[in-house]
Amino acid sequence: MIRAVIVINDQGKPRLIKFYDYQPVEKQQEIIRNIYAVLCSRAENVSNFVQDSTFGPDTRLVYKTFATLYFIVIFDESENELAILDLMQVFVETLDKCFSNVCELDIVFNFNKVHTILDEIILGGQVVEMSSSEVIKAVDDISRLEKNPNSIVRVQKSISGWQ
Amino acid sequence: MNPFSSETRLRDMIRAIRACKTAAEERAVVRKECASIRAAISDNDNDYRHRNLAKLMFIHMLGYPTHFGQMECLKLIAASGFPEKRIGYLGLMLLLDERQEVLMLVTNSLKQDLNHTNQYIVGLALCALGNISSAEMARDLAPEVERLLQFRDPNVRKKAALCSIRIIKKVPDLAENFVNPVASLLKEKHHGVLLTAIQLCADLCTVSEEALEYFRKKCTEGLVKVLKDAVNSPYAPEYDISGIADPFLQIRLLRILRILGHGDADASELMNDVLAQVATKTESNKNAGNAILYECVETIMSIEDSGGLRVLAINILGRFLSNRDNNIRYVALNMLMKAISVDGQAVQRHRATILECVKDLDASIRKRALELVYLLVNETNVKPLTKELIDYLEVSDQDFKGDLTAKICSIVEKLSPEKLWYIDQMLKVLCEAGNYVKDEVWHGLIVVITNAPNLHGYTVRSLYRAIQTSGDQEAVVRVAVWCIGEYGDLLVNNIGMLDLEEPITVTENDAVDVIEVAIKRHTSDLTTRAMCLTALLKLSSRFPSCSQRIKDIVNQSKGSLLLELQQRSIEFDSIIEKHKNIRSALVERMPVLDEATYSGRRAGSLPAAVSTSQGNPLHIPNGVPKAADAPLLDLLDLSADEPAPQNSSGPNFLQDLLGGDILSSASQSGTTQPQKSGTDALLDLLSTGAPPAQNGSSTVDIFSISQDNNKTSVNALDSLSLPVVTSAQSSSASSIIDLLDGFGPAPTVPKDNGPAYPPLVAFESSSLSIVFNFSKQPGSPQITQIEATFSNKSSDVYTDFIFQAAVPKFLQLHLEPASSNTLPGNGNGSITQKLRVTNNQHGKKSLVMRIRISYKLNNKEILEEGQISNFPRDL
Repeated sequence: MIRAVIVINDQGKPRLIKFYDYQPVEKQQEIIRNIYAVLCSRAENVSNFVQDSTFGPDTRLVYKTFATLYFIVIFDESENELAILDLMQVFVETLDKCFSNVCELDIVFNFNKVHTILDEIILGGQVVEMSSSEVIKAVDDISRLEKNPNSIVRVQKSISGWQ
Repeated sequence: MNPFSSETRLRDMIRAIRACKTAAEERAVVRKECASIRAAISDNDNDYRHRNLAKLMFIHMLGYPTHFGQMECLKLIAASGFPEKRIGYLGLMLLLDERQEVLMLVTNSLKQDLNHTNQYIVGLALCALGNISSAEMARDLAPEVERLLQFRDPNVRKKAALCSIRIIKKVPDLAENFVNPVASLLKEKHHGVLLTAIQLCADLCTVSEEALEYFRKKCTEGLVKVLKDAVNSPYAPEYDISGIADPFLQIRLLRILRILGHGDADASELMNDVLAQVATKTESNKNAGNAILYECVETIMSIEDSGGLRVLAINILGRFLSNRDNNIRYVALNMLMKAISVDGQAVQRHRATILECVKDLDASIRKRALELVYLLVNETNVKPLTKELIDYLEVSDQDFKGDLTAKICSIVEKLSPEKLWYIDQMLKVLCEAGNYVKDEVWHGLIVVITNAPNLHGYTVRSLYRAIQTSGDQEAVVRVAVWCIGEYGDLLVNNIGMLDLEEPITVTENDAVDVIEVAIKRHTSDLTTRAMCLTALLKLSSRFPSCSQRIKDIVNQSKGSLLLELQQRSIEFDSIIEKHKNIRSALVERMPVLDEATYSGRRAGSLPAAVSTSQGNPLHIPNGVPKAADAPLLDLLDLSADEPAPQNSSGPNFLQDLLGGDILSSASQSGTTQPQKSGTDALLDLLSTGAPPAQNGSSTVDIFSISQDNNKTSVNALDSLSLPVVTSAQSSSASSIIDLLDGFGPAPTVPKDNGPAYPPLVAFESSSLSIVFNFSKQPGSPQITQIEATFSNKSSDVYTDFIFQAAVPKFLQLHLEPASSNTLPGNGNGSITQKLRVTNNQHGKKSLVMRIRISYKLNNKEILEEGQISNFPRDL
């Protein structure tokens, strides 16, 4: 199970925090501070895995840097580390397509859209969807619905084709 | 509409927060925003509710409290519009805890939304439920979720499947309801639904044994076929990740097969073929392919044995080890660690590659590889592996040496075939990384050395050579100093030569040189220096011709600021100087240290983590050693029979002395005559507070080198205190008396009579001194009996001697008549007087007393006054 997805920038500022086990806000900040301390002291040519005991002895942490951001996933032994790396790749590719060339500012100002995207990829700590085109389709539908709340009927029509 | 809140948009607030230069500015902006949001909440502002909640989510991410917005989530969820619901559910997942009662209120809205006609709203509700459902909610809403598993839209079906995972985790009893729906989901073609159905299936198998049996029987074949299709499928662009068709689905399939095949030969048999296909057909030049291979290896390791596959799997890991990608090497080492218990032989074949990984550039890979090597070592390969590791020790990173030496030492200790080899390897390690080894390593080495009598000569000569080249390694110096002290005679006379040795010529002076260099080296710490002193004492008897030179070296430590060294050098000097007759008995060779006792004790004290040699220096601020590992104690009490070492009393005693009494003497110096306070402080420091019982027992311990000589040595030292006292400065005289008092046989403290207190020099002038002796009646701790003894060191007789005392209000004082009012001179007699003090604040405040002494000297009235505030603290 995935325990948390965190995005922080290279200054340690949180950009996206999603814990799949409830953590009080102080604890969240403490975890982020600890992770940042570990990550910013890591050398460049080392593996992306960090043994992490935030959630118990068996949890592991995978991180990947994209420009100014660290993408971090914390998970337990029931996940495959290498697959999680691919998952992060899918997440970032999806963001990239949704914001056309995503940068830190897109994530800052559209954090709730980023949450929506993440919810289409991971639900309750489990992976829902690994195809970024599927995710984008779902997110696009949601934002269309968002802009025009009365388009429910129209959306339903388009859905009927899937049956 | 609220005049404050509405104006700033979410975007503007984020901008304002980003513009803040300091944390204080940011707090101010956030405080202002929160205030206007609260105002909007209390106005029940509908128009901007979802904007306000979005702001709160951002504020929450920055780490500020947002609990006041929780009810707003519920209101938004209950609203009818999609944008409101979306933000409401997002807020629900981020801001609320499943334990909060507020959550109970949302169950009804969730139920409605799960039945909504808009499948996106259904999707939102499923997502929220899957993230935060409590057990109660799970029970209430399980039927809805179960129904949604058959919903027409696959997006809803996959979310419902994952939501079910949360439900069965919260309420395992519900598992059976999901078994049949999952079995039909597993036949789906839609990748997303299949993926989630497999995950739900895996979770069902873990919570319910029946479900596991059911799926094993009914679904194994189907799943094997799905995997076979996935491996052989033509290119499917939408699920492609770097050229591999839906790697994540393959990984999930391999995982569920692992669960189904574990412990079941039939199921394992069914999947053998497909596993072999995955292992051979998957391309390993991309991360996605390696992820599949990695999962496949784990599955092969977990299912029932079919020899050929395991070899295939371990060979895949072997290939991983030479992959350029750090991540791949990292996971390969992790997996090999698990594989070693399944098939140790197969892993052994990759030993050379693993050993290469110990030299990796990436520290976390090195560490893992080292652990793996440690597991691979056995009796047959210990020699070549140790050699490799020691060779690498020479060139390894500084910060890796600690780990590396610890592992090498542990290997050598565990598997060494013979003592000679053990000693040789340890010496090599110490020479390379003597500053990194833990104390117990060289302690252990010394124990082994004493147990190998035929190697004493060889060892001491090797150490002599080692210290010439590696004198900067603390542990080498310590072991060498210890061995030269013990076996110095074997060193100079080339006794016990082994065939492989080259003879060397070492004179007695050369041996003493080594120790002199070690004791004077500025980097030597207290432990090393104290060991040097002991070695010198031993050599003074082994090398009579160097006795005078040794005495000179010992004498140089008499002025040491380190109490331990000062005391030892004074004692040892006296032994060399005045007690030649017992010296040789005193410094006899150590009896053979008992390996079993040592290793037992070590195992017992292991959690206490002995500090590393380069760790915290043993100093506290004013330069007096803590003496926690006073080496004399440590080393010598290895021979003592009783397992509980007394040395813990050492540091306590010193700390008491320094902690407690510095404080009291400081407070005292404010009130007494200023010119006296300096010496008083010193006196107090040294004369009070030292419970003689503890002091005594630890020093006795030190000298129990040879148990038979115990008695004589104690007596000798008892008498030894006198000459020292007379030669010492008068101001510090009493201090030394006190310290050396301890050498007497430990005073037995009658337990039922309450604690004993050391006598206190209450007042001292050039001629007059007053000593207080304390006693207490059992059962009345607040009453202290004091017997004051007055003595007169001048040549004149004091007449009309009157002693008066005053105490603060919390004390009551009763003075009994004095034994006389005439005090003869030259210390020829004394007056005693009894006082009884009742302390009403016993345990909170300690005694304090102001005294006045009047007497006539040649008919002239003389008055002396003073204050005593250095009473033992618990009177």
